[in-house]
Amino acid sequence: MKLNVGKIFKKKDTAEVKVIKLNDDNSVNAGANTASANKADKDSSAQQSNTEDDVTVCPKCKQEFKKQEVKDNLNVCVACGHHYVISADKRMKNLVDKGTFKPLKCKVEFTNPLNYPDYEDKILALQEKTGLDEAVLAGTAKIDGYDAVIAVMSSKFLMGSMGIAVGEKITNAVEYADRKKLPLIIFTASGGARMQEGIMSLMQMAKTSAAVEKFNNNGGLYISVLTHPTTGGVTASFATLGDITLAEPEALIGFAGPRVIEQTIGQKLPEGFQRSEFLQEHGFVDQIVPRDKMRETIAHILRLHSKRGK
Amino acid sequence: MVKEIDAKIIEIDNEIEKIKAAEVLDEAQLYVLKRQRHDLIKMCKDLGPHDKVYLARHKKRPKITDYIENIFEDFFEQQGDDLGKEDGSIYGGIATFNGVPVTVIGHRKGNDLTENLKCNFGMPGPEGYRKALRLMKQAEKFGRPIITFIDTPGAYPGLEAETNGQGTAIATNLAKMSALKVPVIAIVTGEGSSGGALAIGVANSVLMMENAVYSILSPEGYATILWKDSTRSDEACDMMKLTAQDLKGFKVIDDIIPEPIGGAHINPKVVYKTVSKYIAKELSKYSKMNEDDVSKHRYKKFRNIDADYLKLL
Ligand SMILES: [Zn+2]
Repeated sequence: MKLNVGKIFKKKDTAEVKVIKLNDDNSVNAGANTASANKADKDSSAQQSNTEDDVTVCPKCKQEFKKQEVKDNLNVCVACGHHYVISADKRMKNLVDKGTFKPLKCKVEFTNPLNYPDYEDKILALQEKTGLDEAVLAGTAKIDGYDAVIAVMSSKFLMGSMGIAVGEKITNAVEYADRKKLPLIIFTASGGARMQEGIMSLMQMAKTSAAVEKFNNNGGLYISVLTHPTTGGVTASFATLGDITLAEPEALIGFAGPRVIEQTIGQKLPEGFQRSEFLQEHGFVDQIVPRDKMRETIAHILRLHSKRGK
Repeated sequence: MVKEIDAKIIEIDNEIEKIKAAEVLDEAQLYVLKRQRHDLIKMCKDLGPHDKVYLARHKKRPKITDYIENIFEDFFEQQGDDLGKEDGSIYGGIATFNGVPVTVIGHRKGNDLTENLKCNFGMPGPEGYRKALRLMKQAEKFGRPIITFIDTPGAYPGLEAETNGQGTAIATNLAKMSALKVPVIAIVTGEGSSGGALAIGVANSVLMMENAVYSILSPEGYATILWKDSTRSDEACDMMKLTAQDLKGFKVIDDIIPEPIGGAHINPKVVYKTVSKYIAKELSKYSKMNEDDVSKHRYKKFRNIDADYLKLL
């Protein structure tokens, strides 16, 4: 089922978006929450061949469901509440007031600082497949009537890894929120650094963090929503700099990947390590919010910030 | 290449020691060996990226403690993150540089196994980064310029480090450093790997020693991701563009500090003098700027760090 985003968002916005193809079909299969970041990547590519199959087995409760049932439930298992990966478009659509989304104008030309072999081919193929120009979808919209700048990362685009384009789109969104004095909401999903861009990828951590700090010093409200998976350079930059930090249930959130840690310490990690609940227990997450409560929770926070206290 | 040459130099050094320890000094043989040593060092030219990685990690390479002892005066060490832990992998405190008080912070690897363990081989946990930030905020309070020395295999990927918020600690440093109102000079002296290096590297001037390396990840880690084979790190080095010369090309660093042929450890005294000169030169650039301009300068630097590659459509 391929949808045209133009049908979802207001028509006048489509001129800037061009046409974004929304392909929900992969969402339900991709990225089991129980898998590590890298494994999630493999799963999504490995299972794409089964898209005709209209049945999905939930990786958590192991029950079989019709894919459509899961899709209609915001890509959340109807029985156990397991959160499947969701496309950036679908997440955005379910978050914002209908017809209010306007993408920010920030399209970055492809660059290949390391001359990494076949990198451009990979990007072009992903752009075609996901309908996104990069691993972030950013724009302005209303949530329950409140204006906000919203950026949603997509783990389907090279694992949401942060290269120059991702760093720029995030920074641009932060700066826009700063200029217009709007609240900023970022949904993170990232395997970390964009290895193909080497040191330029590392520098995006400084660039984005500096922008958030400037926004912060100017009194801006930043709500960071951590989704599965959020690791590496994104965790160690803008993801963990929110005034309010929310997380989807059971998302993998950490700096070092679980496998690297296991190799370093020479033992298996305990159950639930680096999951949202674990981070909450250790004081790094304000609230864990299931996907169906996300919109009202964010609206609540925006409402509480709509007037300054005296 | 450098690795093999270095092995021979170590052999010669051992022989020289033996001769010196003998009851009767064999001067003739000593001169032969010294000449051989000299010729070997001269061969360390046109180094490849993996040669530089080797030198950057050399055991005898000058370390934060050496730089502090030889470049700064009146050093007062500060320990602890003020939140519950002291992390030995970050070393720092207050000192004077040419008579001016400064804050000095750097990764510490240690000189022998006992020290290595105490310093966790220069791999900080969140407590190390929080300690660094504490020292930096204090430097800002008292108007002291900050000089950081970067030399780390990366932030420690451990259970406790993750539990205590490794990501948050690094992110906070990046954010807070970007807005500091005092000049910050960062020097990559050895290996600068990942966010663990950058977390003390958001500086007005970023310099690199000629044979230092700075990268998104260690070459071994990169090889593991690319080919699932950490032994192919030499190939990874060639791909990653991690030398000082590469990074100058990317405009990620401002300047390269020359080293003696064969690496900094061949003649550390010369290195201290050179590094000292470069620090003085960089500091003088910011001495006339007011504090807002210093902070803006740093912000702009990182905002536009990818300007050569960033083209908006
Ligand atoms: Zn289920």
